[in-house]
Amino acid sequence: MMRMVRRSNPSKNMQILMRAGSVVAALAAAALLMAALGYNPFLVYYNMVAGSFGTAYRLQATIHKVIPLLVLSLGIAVAFKMKFWNIGAEGQMAMGGFGAAYAALKYGALPPYILLPLMFVLGMICGGIWGVIPAILKVKLGTNETLVTLMLNYIALRWLTYLQYGPWKVGGFPRIPDFSPNAVLPSLFGIHIGWMVAVLLTAAVYVMLRRTKLGYEIAVLGESESTARYAGINVSKVTIVAMLISGAVCGLAGMMQTSAVEKTLTEQFTGGLGFTAVITTWLARLSPIGMIGTSFAFAMLIQGGGYLETTMSISSKMADVLQGVIIFFVLGCDFFIQYKIQLRKPVRKGGEAK
Amino acid sequence: MDAYVEMKEIRKSFGSVAANNDASLSVELGEIHALLGENGSGKSTLVNMLAGIYSPDSGSIFIGGRTVSFAAPKEAIDCGIGMVHQHFKLVDVFTAKENIAAGREKGFWLRGRRLSEKIQAIADKYGLAIDPDKKVYDMSVGEKQTVEIVKMLYRGANVLILDEPTAVLTPQETKVLFQILKNMKQHGCAIILITHKLREVMEISDRVTVLRKGETIGTVRTKDTTPRALTEMMVGRPLELKIERVRAEPAMEPILTVGRLSAADSHGRNVLKDISFVLRGGEILGVAGIAGSGQKELCEVLAGLYKANGGRVRFLGEEILGLSPREILRRGISMSFVPEDRLGMGLVAGMDITSNVLLRSFQKDGGFFLDLPGGRKKAERIVKRYDISTPSVDHVLKDLSGGNIQKVLLGREVELNPKLLITAYPVRGLDIGASYHIYDILNAQKKAGVAVLFIGEDLDVLLQLCDRLMVIHGGRIMGIVDPLTTSKEEVGLLMLGQSEKGGNAK
Repeated sequence: MMRMVRRSNPSKNMQILMRAGSVVAALAAAALLMAALGYNPFLVYYNMVAGSFGTAYRLQATIHKVIPLLVLSLGIAVAFKMKFWNIGAEGQMAMGGFGAAYAALKYGALPPYILLPLMFVLGMICGGIWGVIPAILKVKLGTNETLVTLMLNYIALRWLTYLQYGPWKVGGFPRIPDFSPNAVLPSLFGIHIGWMVAVLLTAAVYVMLRRTKLGYEIAVLGESESTARYAGINVSKVTIVAMLISGAVCGLAGMMQTSAVEKTLTEQFTGGLGFTAVITTWLARLSPIGMIGTSFAFAMLIQGGGYLETTMSISSKMADVLQGVIIFFVLGCDFFIQYKIQLRKPVRKGGEAK
Repeated sequence: MDAYVEMKEIRKSFGSVAANNDASLSVELGEIHALLGENGSGKSTLVNMLAGIYSPDSGSIFIGGRTVSFAAPKEAIDCGIGMVHQHFKLVDVFTAKENIAAGREKGFWLRGRRLSEKIQAIADKYGLAIDPDKKVYDMSVGEKQTVEIVKMLYRGANVLILDEPTAVLTPQETKVLFQILKNMKQHGCAIILITHKLREVMEISDRVTVLRKGETIGTVRTKDTTPRALTEMMVGRPLELKIERVRAEPAMEPILTVGRLSAADSHGRNVLKDISFVLRGGEILGVAGIAGSGQKELCEVLAGLYKANGGRVRFLGEEILGLSPREILRRGISMSFVPEDRLGMGLVAGMDITSNVLLRSFQKDGGFFLDLPGGRKKAERIVKRYDISTPSVDHVLKDLSGGNIQKVLLGREVELNPKLLITAYPVRGLDIGASYHIYDILNAQKKAGVAVLFIGEDLDVLLQLCDRLMVIHGGRIMGIVDPLTTSKEEVGLLMLGQSEKGGNAK
């Protein structure tokens, strides 16, 4: 008979090893699936890697995905640290893009050194507002933040659709005009300077969560609200401030994506990155450093998946399947870190009782 | 007589921790067998293996001469082994009989009447009082325990294991339970009683098995031993079992004045009603009562964590009722609070010791950043002063033992140098040595002029440690008595709501 036995104290090394093992297992399982579909899995994997890193252009495209994923993950991590399940990064990013686009379209003539900061500020404010709404609703009315943040995504995305098909449409096509060059983020080493913002932000969030009083308060609140109240922490204020930061950082990702990559606002510019970022955050166990790695991995999956479509005419949905398999295995791995399956050992036979 | 239950050379480890290492137990039918040991000595692990909850790594278990090996509690109960856990496993919204039948009845329908008759027959046989149709949420703790016992008997148990059954009972309820156990013994059942209360062992058991650090130290006949000898077996060294009552002159000016304090729960029921008392510096005021009589609410109202709906709380003349913990802190009210729920309220289980030490003081430090170096120093001082065993102050709190966790909490609160120290069940779950260490700390605080409010559960301790003892029942004060002139039975009656004059106060 099998039974589950709790592991007493899984060591750090073992945990890392098990996680790495689960990714390998996921790749192997996905390979079986590909083989069953008639593709050579090694070729698929090779093409995915080649598609993400093969040429300077592809590498650039991959990094263009890493940047928003990383920034969104950082924003989400602030909320998750508080066990505030913010799955509204998609909407906060969309609103950030909206704020930035508003400045870019309205004040396109301003010089970049004024316009870009203005776009940053407006993007963060709009994202921040989108983050604060569920926080206020939770604090005042006790609503469930998972539902509210999720629903706010759809409102934000439909708002962009409305703009694109309505007031911001120019000409016959439902299309928002391109930003003026003044509103486009400059590049450094061939990649828009958003990468520098992302690096600085990683350090900032790391320090904020581990060294500041606010980060400490967020962590205590995440562990136990009773403890937070006992310690004299202003629970409402911390909840709202943390979500303001979380939403603003996600809004920042939206600003950079519209300004540097799309160079306009479209209804699909978020492209599900806000949801993928929930996964990268979680898989990195909220560690800002870890998120650099998970963001790279998932950017590779997205980029490589797109490349498969052109080279091997495999649907890019294959990459989605692979994403799903990896998540399944890594999350499943958490169970095996906590428990082990034990075949029931027969109790050592003793002699008959006297 | 042959042993009916026999456990031999049992070993069981959880990871690298050996909970049982060469433990044995041998119990006969028709005896009450006490299993004695400090917390962490492996008592619960040992009986959990007998009850089929864990399986041993090695060793053998015999029931009635036959080797057995249980994979699940159900297999144990089929062999006649029933266990009553410390935390009852009952469904609140079910009646007694539904709980008793749950999971055992064959067929689709509950046969209500026949079930009631059967339950009544069992209850009559052993002298238990039970109402099969009463819902569990309407029951007192004692009644719930009775349901648990009947549940096991109904399932055919003739070996009954009770895990610290008296921890939640009043002295009067304990007497009833002991009478039931004696009846069962007369009917040929074997009873294994886990406890760390020596007085009970001496009173009811026929034999005692003492465990220490997972090993069986020995089994003795109760009538051939003394509490002192048992303690030595338990602790491994002679121990002076007397709490010192430190003499201190209480100050004239009260530190805390509570007047006509009332509070209600979310259903509008009174949890505190007209509570009035004063607490001076240099004294320990004990609070005794059945669990859930308002102790938790009283502490939390004083600390600003629970809303009162009337009355006043003055701290050195300043009204503090209605202030949040944050405002209390801001105003510099020098109050420390060791809450009952250590890991859920007093501490952060997932953080290291340093972060936990910072919890109550970080707001006072200026600036944007957390004072980690300062917190570290403070944590190291507390670890040293309170003899906390941990590899380092970076160790995550929940990995420490219960006693060490409590010392971190108490140490942090005492190091705040409070004028008022509120402690709720500070020794719950601690072993004897650690408990006495905590009493020493409280006495030292009293000597230093601190006003100490001590919520306790062991009446022996309350009567020995406190200068005055406030007994509450159903959120009301039944009396504030002098421990020197009051007997445990008198306190027990007050706890049950009988006023000093003998009438019922309700």
